[in-house]
Amino acid sequence: MYGWTGKIIRVNLTDKKITLEDLNMEDAKMYLGGRGLGSKILYDEIDPKIDPLSPENKLIFMTGPLTGTYATCAGRFNVVAKAPLTGTIGAANAGGHFGPELKFAGYDGIIFEGKADKPVYLHIYDDLIELKSAEHLWGKDVFETTDLLLEENEDDARVACIGPGGEKQVLFATVMSDKDRAAGRSGLGAVMGSKNLKAVVVKGTKSIGVADKSKFIAATMDARSKIDVNGVTGKGGGLPTYGTQVLVNILNEVHGLPTRNWRESYFEDADKISGEYLAEHFLIRNKACFACPIGCGRVIEIRDGKYKGIVAGPEYEAGWSYGACCGVGDMDAIDKANHVCNLLGIDPITMGATIACAMELYEEGYITKEDLGGRELKFGDGEAIIYWTEMTGNREGFGDIMALGSYRMAEKYGREDLSMTVKKQEMPAYDGRVLQGMGLSYATSNRGGCHVRGYLTSPEILGIPVKLDPMDIEGKPELLKTFQDLTAVVDSSDICLFSTFALGLPEISEMLRTATGMEVSDEEVLRIGERIWNLERLFNIEAGFTRKDDTLPERLLKEPVKSGPAKGKVTELEVMLDKYYEVRGWTEEGIPTEEKLEELSLDKESLATV
Amino acid sequence: MSKGIVISPDKCTGCRICELTCTFYKHDNFNPKDAAISVLEFYDVGLQVPMTCLQCDEPHCATVCPVGALEKDETTGVVNYDREKCIGCKMCVSACPFGNMTYSPRLKQVIKCDECGGDPQCVKLCPSSALEYKELDSNLERRKNFASYFKEVFGEVTK
Repeated sequence: MYGWTGKIIRVNLTDKKITLEDLNMEDAKMYLGGRGLGSKILYDEIDPKIDPLSPENKLIFMTGPLTGTYATCAGRFNVVAKAPLTGTIGAANAGGHFGPELKFAGYDGIIFEGKADKPVYLHIYDDLIELKSAEHLWGKDVFETTDLLLEENEDDARVACIGPGGEKQVLFATVMSDKDRAAGRSGLGAVMGSKNLKAVVVKGTKSIGVADKSKFIAATMDARSKIDVNGVTGKGGGLPTYGTQVLVNILNEVHGLPTRNWRESYFEDADKISGEYLAEHFLIRNKACFACPIGCGRVIEIRDGKYKGIVAGPEYEAGWSYGACCGVGDMDAIDKANHVCNLLGIDPITMGATIACAMELYEEGYITKEDLGGRELKFGDGEAIIYWTEMTGNREGFGDIMALGSYRMAEKYGREDLSMTVKKQEMPAYDGRVLQGMGLSYATSNRGGCHVRGYLTSPEILGIPVKLDPMDIEGKPELLKTFQDLTAVVDSSDICLFSTFALGLPEISEMLRTATGMEVSDEEVLRIGERIWNLERLFNIEAGFTRKDDTLPERLLKEPVKSGPAKGKVTELEVMLDKYYEVRGWTEEGIPTEEKLEELSLDKESLATV
Repeated sequence: MSKGIVISPDKCTGCRICELTCTFYKHDNFNPKDAAISVLEFYDVGLQVPMTCLQCDEPHCATVCPVGALEKDETTGVVNYDREKCIGCKMCVSACPFGNMTYSPRLKQVIKCDECGGDPQCVKLCPSSALEYKELDSNLERRKNFASYFKEVFGEVTK
């Protein structure tokens, strides 16, 4: 067996039964691993209509065929389940070292089903797989939990766990690994909490082989040399030098940085929350995930207060949600709020954006000072972003409402229009009125408002692979389809999306071929991505989603941009959406046609029930 | 003239490409536990420290080896390991003051860096230059740094 290990662990938490299964190789070749294979298993095994927080949901940890090798940036794993925030299929991936360690233990993935009667964690050390009590860990934050688990197991093991946010089922709770790497979006940590599963601890000492050593070396070195000289990923490039927050000033320059809950798109204090500012005032050094030559992670220092210490710095989207979106130009406060998210195990993108929404609701007189326990909540308040993150992660006071995300919170006041969400998940840091392609990307993402399912920022802003006018809609639906399909391949090989600033389909396909021995053309690899995208779509359709859900908040469709080169623009969604469905081979209602399903070897029967 | 692997922990990002390259180059598959170099993380201070054989001038590992499987090569400076002679007693593992000798129960052999015969693969692929392969008697850069530290301290005192 090359690439894959060929084994999957199935854990029934209800009856504490652990079984080993052989990886279905036919599925592996059709869906690779990670997000794709996890989604295939989920689709086959659960009814998409179930309550995501019920024992009927399954929680799948899945690595890819490249995970654990030195293929560039191949250290990731995916967590897959029906997502509580959106009700869509949910897949979130994280870097760090947990995924590779699971492979070194000899497993491609773990399927958790049912619900434990008391808190438990799964301990894996090669062939030893056991459920252990986690009652002494329940209530503890991510860092303390990780430290205690390493103390009571192998000290060089790797830990993925939830914090109080997941335990209390905050709808956007994360699964955290290596303390600060988050499988962040859509609330998969809440699914873990609903199953009374606190953590997975793994240590592995086995080897991962590849099919053709010399060709795999050649493929990886080719990819590596491209990453090393790329302006974004290479030595001295944007990501290693400034981290993902290098984007703050770039987006602000084109007035595409959503500000104060997207009322504006230019933030006057952007330079104070930028990657440049972070590097100058807080950065200690760079940190890389497993097998990553880029090293965009920031090790920063919080110099005072109760969170004093050396921690992980915020990513661009987190820095944005707490920063521009809340009108906060205080990097120190953003660093702290982001760290609280890591401690409590909640998604900083949704958290910051939910606070921003609450700020507007407060300003508009819907949320009152009484609701907030006597506190004010105004745009620009740095203390507030820290305070409400703590309250939400622990579900205290009004934080209990914020824990539902901005859509359900705004709904209580009849102002869903002020929730900047798609399918109830908060859109991140790129204004879809300015970046039209990103607007379409948000509307059509299979896990709701999200930037990493089809990152058209790459061509629209960074000029990769070619520079396109962000405000133009011509060709965007076609390009988005390719981006979405390729991203599905990337997420299912479990390499990092950032490698695609330098790599394309040929480089990724060659690493896949030489590692696994699969005989597939580049075109067929991209077809795998398309198959994954359509499978996710089928899941969502069966869960009840229709064309009317492929939309954007009213603010993007009706309120024109107030300043900058895109002044006067709204997202031209309907035109792009019609075209998008057409290039996808879907009906006008956004349902894959029988021909398309046949072409992708997907089951047609599933649509009979819709 | 003698070259060696020089480690700068302050530059290390903790990507483990060195570990992966080592086992792939030496054993044809990926297994960091069998690598002759390993990175240790100190999360609380945000530091990653790569550790590998320092090729000692008075190698304890060679001194305790009962069958002469470890031998210092005075020309290259490398302490060479002869797998054919090795009886797997693991005395060298106990003797190394740095813990840089390990034993792999999978491979039934001692894991020890041999600098890939003068072309260390880990150094080649280290993305952050935390690993360098260079002349050991020409470490002027670091000496300069320390010298400037003394300059500052003494400058402060004599003011």
